[in-house]
Order: sequence, then structure tokens, then C-alpha cells
Amino acid sequence: MNRHLISAADLNRDEAIEILDTAEELAQVADRPIRKLPTLRGRTVVNLFYEDSTRTRISFEAAAKRLSADVINFSAKGSSVAKGESLKDTALTLQAMGADAVVIRHNASGAPHRLAGWVSGSVVNAGDGTHEHPTQALLDAFTIRRRLGRIDGLRVAIVGDILHSRVARSNVWLLTTLGAEVTLVAPPTLLPVAVGGWPCSVSYDFPAILPGSDVVMMLRVQHERMTDAYFPSVREYSRRYGLDSDRLALLPEHAIVMHPGPMNRGVEIAAEVADSARSTIVEQVANGVVVRMAVLYLLLGGSEGTR
Amino acid sequence: MVLLGIPTRGVPLARRLAARLDETESIVVPVGSLDITMYRDDLRLRPARPLGHTEVPAAGIDDKIVVLVDDVLYSGRTIRAALDALSDIGRPRAVQLAVLVDRGHRELPIRPDYVGKNLPTSKREAVRVLLTETDGADSVTLVGAVAGDRTGGRSVRR
Repeated sequence: MNRHLISAADLNRDEAIEILDTAEELAQVADRPIRKLPTLRGRTVVNLFYEDSTRTRISFEAAAKRLSADVINFSAKGSSVAKGESLKDTALTLQAMGADAVVIRHNASGAPHRLAGWVSGSVVNAGDGTHEHPTQALLDAFTIRRRLGRIDGLRVAIVGDILHSRVARSNVWLLTTLGAEVTLVAPPTLLPVAVGGWPCSVSYDFPAILPGSDVVMMLRVQHERMTDAYFPSVREYSRRYGLDSDRLALLPEHAIVMHPGPMNRGVEIAAEVADSARSTIVEQVANGVVVRMAVLYLLLGGSEGTR
Repeated sequence: MVLLGIPTRGVPLARRLAARLDETESIVVPVGSLDITMYRDDLRLRPARPLGHTEVPAAGIDDKIVVLVDDVLYSGRTIRAALDALSDIGRPRAVQLAVLVDRGHRELPIRPDYVGKNLPTSKREAVRVLLTETDGADSVTLVGAVAGDRTGGRSVRR
């Protein structure tokens, strides 16, 4: 594995499978009386969060703590960022404090890439703007593999606000690398212009692709990133691209429903679908911790800069 | 009693011991595996390595006699790591150690309880154990680490 995890597109098939296999072994630790490993003792992981997040930050914190690393949480609110400090100066401060890894979430796409040039430790992208969220894609892949036994050859539909979704981008790259066929389903206004260059197909007809899908991944409509009117009304969006129990019935028997959270019940996913046995939403959160443990172990567990 | 093999080659050895116990003494001993990678003291000296599989028998190890099984006992550091790993899983009544080959050169105060073969070695040599389950053949070979030091190595009979 590389020294940083910035984009899911940087992972080749073997590296991605190594992360998933490592996570599989680490998942057992969760069942033990002592849920802690001494592996990263004395190492410092900084959670640098410029954007609000609950599950990702807590998940990274739990992962680092289960590996016995010291965790420093840094959120832009109530820090010197509010006083106007630049990302670079914050990075140099962290560097001086001896951070072995920096987990960064930033509202600007590319911020982790810039950060990687400034600090000597590993940089893990925990979501940058509308670009990528590689650990989310890894935990999604892990969840799919656990539920369906494989990823190779599966048909995955990613539905909703693709334009603003870093989860969709990372998943397209990772799932394609792992041999799945990805179809993006969204209104034309919520697809990026460059989607033609992505290794996936595109559909505007949600019900039509359901019978042939093994996995349906629903995405939240990211109102906070919307500067324009992308669809006439939430109700119309929900009617055309929401997953309700009628549409759930169109899926094959074994298919699963995923959502990276936070979800808007009643908009992209109906409450009874979110709570159904085919939904993996709670599993995804639990799997997030073990996948992030695997990533931190593979980045920090060995000697520095030799991989 | 519980037999716990240390991956990679300790695991098939533990299974063989259990099969032999069943054969000769008609005792069924649960067998598991214990990966010690995350407990190693030399993790930072080498790149991060892939994890082995840990599988503790369903009955657990609390109040049992745990016999750790490994192929070669050398510095004792693997066993030290295994003892740490064990204490995170439970509290055995006693821990014992069975190894196929004891090659000496201990760096920690650890001694085996059961030894297949004591094999005096030089630190420059390497002991290579092959097992049918993992390598397709059973053999223990002593290989000279320095080229030309020993050609072909010498074979050790079981």
C-alpha cells in the first residue's frame, strides 16, 4: 500500500483485497472480551475535521484507539482556523507535534493531496469536498463481500445525488477495480459532466435497473452543497428516484440495500426500506471501524515509507 | 486442554498433534490458531505484513491448559507475542509450548515444554520447515545463510 490513502483510484486490486482481508481478521477483535490490540502503541493519529461529521470521525477515533494509538481530535470550529489559520500552517503545527497520521476531512476537493505534500506522516482522506471518500468505499465493499460472499461480477446501482457525492466517486473506482459492474442512476442535472470518462454506465430509469441489481446504494441529496435548483421539488425527486417498498419488491431475492448515511427518511429511502432486513445501514457503520483499523494498520503498522 | 497453532506452520502441526492424541489416547482436543502479527515487537522494522487467521475454539481458553504449537523456536519473541495475545483472549489455567524444532539462541527467558527435535545451529543458518499441508512435502532443512557456506544444506530426519 502507498504511504497515504487519498483516492480509491490509487488502490489496485491486490491492495484493495489486502485491506478487506485484514479487516476480516480484525473483525474478530470486536467479539473478544478485550477489544484492543497493542499494535500502534506510541503512535499519534490526528483527526483533522474541517467539516461536520459524526460517524466518520467517531469511527476513525474508535479504530485508532482499538489499535492503541493516541488520538488527537481537531475540529475547525473553536480552533485557530476560526481565527484565520491556513491549512498549511495547521499542517505544520501538527507536524511539529509529531503526528504519525493525519485523518483529514475538508470541504475543498484536493485538500488531502495538498496536505500530503506538507507533512511527513501518512494522510488518510476522510472525505474532501465532492471528490473522494475512500474509506467509505472500502467499508461498502467489505459489507458487500460479507453479505453476498463476493464482489467480482456483481451489479451495483448507485442512486441519487452523484454530482455532489464523494462516496459515489470512490465507490465507482473501488468496486470497478474489484470487478463489479457499476450503474449510476440519477436525474441528468445531478450527474457530473465528466461522467462519460468513468468506468461505469448511466441510467435515468430507476425502476428499470432494479430487477438486474445485486446491490442498490442510495445517496442523500446534499442540499448544503446545492447552489442551484437541480430538480423541481423534493417530492418529485422522491417519486422518481426514491426507494420505497414497491420498488424494493422489484429487486432480486438476495439483493441488499445500502446507504452511507446520514439518510433522509422519506426522501431517497422510505423508512420501512431503511429498517428492512435487506438494508445493511447499521452493519456499514460497524464495518467502518474494522475497515479503518485495517487502513491504519497497513499505513502505520510497519516501518515508515517502505511500502 | 486446547491446542493453539501459531500461523503459518504451527496450525497444521497443532492439527496433527490433535489427530495423534485422538488416535493413541482417544482424547478429543479442540484445535485453534492464534495469529500474533499485531503483537510483534519488530513491526516497525519491516513493512506492515498481512495478518494470519485467529480462530479460538468456541469453548474459549478460560481455565484450560493451552498448548501453543509452532514449527521453530528461535529467539522466543514469537512466543512472547503469543503470550500477550493470549492474555487478551482469556485467562488460561496454564500455558505450555510445543515446538517441532528448537534451534537455540534464545533472546528471552522462554523454554519449550515439548520438543520434536533439538537442533544445534549457528545464527548464520536458517531452518526451513516444510509441511505437506502448506508446502506439499514434509521436511526440515538447515540452510547456510551465507552463500557458499554450506551447499544444499543438510537434511534432518524426523
